[in-house]
Amino acid sequence: MAEALLEIGELRKVFPGHHGAEDLVAVDGVSFELLEGESVAVVGESGSGKTTVARMIVGLERATSGRLVVCGRERGGRRARPGERQRRGRDVQMVFQDPYLSLDRRQSVESGILEILDLHFRLTESERGARLAELIDQVGFDRRKAAAKPARLSGGERQRVSIARALAARPRLVILDEAVAALDVSIQAQILNLLADIRQQTNVSYLFVSHDLAVVRQVSDRVLVMRDGQIVERGATETVFRQPGEEYTRSLLECAPRPGWKPKRRIRVQS
Amino acid sequence: MSGPLLRVEDLVVRLPIEGRMGTVVDRVSIEVAAGETVALVGESGAGKSMIGRAIGRLLPPGAEVDGTLEFGGMEVAAMDRRALRRYRGEEVGFVFQDPRASINPVRRIDDFLIEALVTNRGRARGDARREVSELLVEVGIGDPERRLRQYPHELSGGLLQRVMIASVLAMRPQLIIADEPTTALDVTTQSEVMAILAEMQQRLGIAILLITHDLELAAAVCRRTAVLYAGTLVEERASARLEADPLHPYSAALLTSRPSLASASERLSVIRGRPLSALEAPPGCPFAGRCSYVKPICEESRPTLRPLADGRVACVRAEELRGAVWPLAEVELQGAEGG
Repeated sequence: MAEALLEIGELRKVFPGHHGAEDLVAVDGVSFELLEGESVAVVGESGSGKTTVARMIVGLERATSGRLVVCGRERGGRRARPGERQRRGRDVQMVFQDPYLSLDRRQSVESGILEILDLHFRLTESERGARLAELIDQVGFDRRKAAAKPARLSGGERQRVSIARALAARPRLVILDEAVAALDVSIQAQILNLLADIRQQTNVSYLFVSHDLAVVRQVSDRVLVMRDGQIVERGATETVFRQPGEEYTRSLLECAPRPGWKPKRRIRVQS
Repeated sequence: MSGPLLRVEDLVVRLPIEGRMGTVVDRVSIEVAAGETVALVGESGAGKSMIGRAIGRLLPPGAEVDGTLEFGGMEVAAMDRRALRRYRGEEVGFVFQDPRASINPVRRIDDFLIEALVTNRGRARGDARREVSELLVEVGIGDPERRLRQYPHELSGGLLQRVMIASVLAMRPQLIIADEPTTALDVTTQSEVMAILAEMQQRLGIAILLITHDLELAAAVCRRTAVLYAGTLVEERASARLEADPLHPYSAALLTSRPSLASASERLSVIRGRPLSALEAPPGCPFAGRCSYVKPICEESRPTLRPLADGRVACVRAEELRGAVWPLAEVELQGAEGG
C-alpha cells in the first residue's frame, strides 16, 4: 500500500478574537489522509477553512490542536529549527494564487530557481545548470526569458515559474492554493495539463485547494468538501460529482454555471 | 423611440501606454435593444472592460475615442455635464467587480443609497429611506434596517455587491453595465447575484450588458454573446447557438479549454500561446498565431465581421470549418448518422 504523506486527525485552528470579539474557529476537527501519488482536492467557499488547513500543513499557521503528520514526521507546536525547516521544504511545497506576491520582483527567473536548488542540494556547477534547464523545460517556460524579472512576464509565465520553484526542491507533495484561479481560461487549461504531466513524470502528490468545481473535477482523484471549518462530504471525485450525498454539496454543484444552467435565487434571504 | 437602446459602431479606444497612444479597442460594433441581455466575453487584453467604460464615458484621462456611441439615439460624446449626469445616474447603471471601489468607505450604507435618490430623483429623505429598504429586501438582504446603519467594511463582498445593485436599481435605469460583477464572489453568491440581475431584467425590462471572462456564465444569463479577442469582435451569436455550434475557432477553443463539471477528461484541449491585446495583435487575423486552423490567407489581412448562420463571425474559414472546430458537434453528427 502507498505510504501516507499526510495524516491529519481532529485538526483545529482557532483565531483569537481581538477587542472583545468572539474567537473564530476556522478549522474544526478535520481528519483525512493523503497517500503517495494521490491528488486530493479540498473544495469550499470563502471562510470554509480550506486555505487554513493548507497553511497549517506547510507550517504557515500553527494548529491549535490535533494531529498533523507530514511525510512521517509529526509537526509539533514548537517553532522548527532551520535544518528541520529545510527538510520540510523537501517534503512539501506550496504554490499560491498570485505569483505577483510569491515571487521576488527583484529576482530573475533563473536565480529564483537556483536559490531553491542551492538551499536543498549540493550540486556541481554543471549539475546546477542541467537541473535549472530541466525545470524550466518541465514547466514549459521559454528558456530565452530565464534572465527576466517577474514584472516582464505574463500571469501564466509567472505561475509556471512558481511551479518550477516548487518542484526544484523535489518535494513529495505540492499544495496548490487556488493556483489557477487568477489565470485566463486558455492559460488555465495549459497549466492544468502541465500539472497532470508533471504528476505522471514525477509521481508527486497534489493537495488542490480550490473553490472552482470544474477545476477540482479535472485534477483530483478524491475530494473533501468543506463548510464552516468542517469536512461535510468526502469521497472519490467521480462519485461525489455524480451522486453528491450531502445537500450542501448538491447546492454547490447547482450553483456552478454550465451549459443549460440558470441562476437561481435561494428562498432564504441573507441576514 | 425606434432603433436600439445602445448603439456602438466602429468603436476605437486608444490609451496612453508607455508614452505613446496604443489601441486597446479596435473597431467594435455592437447593439443592445431595450430590455435585451447581451454579454461581452473575452480574456485579458480583449478590451471588454474598456468598451464598458467607453460607453459610460468612464475611460481614464488621456484616452481617445473614435466611432459612434449612441444611447436612445443621443450621441454620448456630445452630452453636456447635465445630460451626462442624467445618463450615468439615471439611464445607465454600472456594477463593477469590486464594489468597495465604488462605495465611499467612510459613509454608512444609508447615506450612500439615500443620497442618490434625494439628489437625482428629488425624493424626500423619509420616502427615500423606505424605498431603499424595500430594494435591499428585493436583492436578498434580510434585516435592511441594520444593514443601512452599517459601514461598507462591516459587509461581506457578496452583501456589498447586492447593495451596489440596489443602488443601481434605485435609479430605475434602462441599461445596466455589469463588468465581472461576480468574479470575486463564491459560486453560491454568484448564482444569487446573477439571478437577481436576471429577475430585474425580466420584471422591469432593464437591458443588461454583462462583461465577463466566463462564457458559460454569459450563455446562462444573456440571450446574445459577443466574443472579443485582442480588442476586436470575432463572433456574435445567440448564446445558445454559440455554445452548441461556435463559428470562430477562438470561441470553440474557449469552450473546450474550460474543464467540464460533467466529466473529467484525460487532457484539456488547449490553445497555444497566450491571449494578446490589440496593441500586440498582428495585422491579419489577431488569433492567427494561436489558431490550429491557420492558413496563409489568415495572416494577409484582418478578416471582417460578416453575417453567417444567424450571427456574425470574423473568420475567413468559418463556413469550411463549421462543425470541425467543435468536437461536440462532431459527436452529435456521428451519433445522428449512426442512428
